[in-house]
Amino acid sequence: MDYSVAVGESDFDVNAMLSDLHKDAPQIGAVASFLGVVRATPDQPLQALYIEHYPGMTEAEIVRIIEQAQQRWSLNYVQVYHRVGTLGVGERIVWVAVSAAHRGDAFQACEFVMDYLKTRATFWKKEIFSDSQRWVEQRDSDVQKMQSW
Amino acid sequence: MIKVRFFASLKEDLGTTQCNIDWQEGMTVAMLLDRLQTTSETWRDALSNPNLLVAVAQQHAAPDTLLSDHIEVAFFPPVTGG
Repeated sequence: MDYSVAVGESDFDVNAMLSDLHKDAPQIGAVASFLGVVRATPDQPLQALYIEHYPGMTEAEIVRIIEQAQQRWSLNYVQVYHRVGTLGVGERIVWVAVSAAHRGDAFQACEFVMDYLKTRATFWKKEIFSDSQRWVEQRDSDVQKMQSW
Repeated sequence: MIKVRFFASLKEDLGTTQCNIDWQEGMTVAMLLDRLQTTSETWRDALSNPNLLVAVAQQHAAPDTLLSDHIEVAFFPPVTGG
């Protein structure tokens, strides 16, 4: 199994990433992906979302998550790209994609990597409003989802 | 010497991104945290949050994790990526 893990400020090309997942790999029969985007906040207009991370540890932790997924399912390739810096509503934040011979492995591994990323990978979001800002707090439901695996 | 790094809201509460602490034989994460809490009242309050997480050598760690000299330790709030 191979993987690519990257953290960066720039946006990513979903089509290019998808085609990388199954090029020159005739054994692949399934690709599952997750695209996370910046959602508007319900209480007041979100001006921007700022994402900080721990360079070095973030990438290493994501690789450890992918290695765990590899032990549970039969996978061909796993891609993770996570943006940092300042993003606006509707912008892409995170991309997780998995290719495998069969869809069951691809679907489950994609969800597993995303659930672990949310609770283990060292990213922190801060919501910026016109006259205030606040750090986003971890949700219990995200922790419970990760623990359910 | 141990390099201690802080992230996100904790970094803002402490007013710094990192500091250096003298290493001692047998030092654990919990002992390092106790030492950091003596810096000031602000630091004691911020570093007393039971939800804080710790990483040693850029891997998730626990209060009883033993520290070696020249290692990097980081404290931070629960993560919220994705």
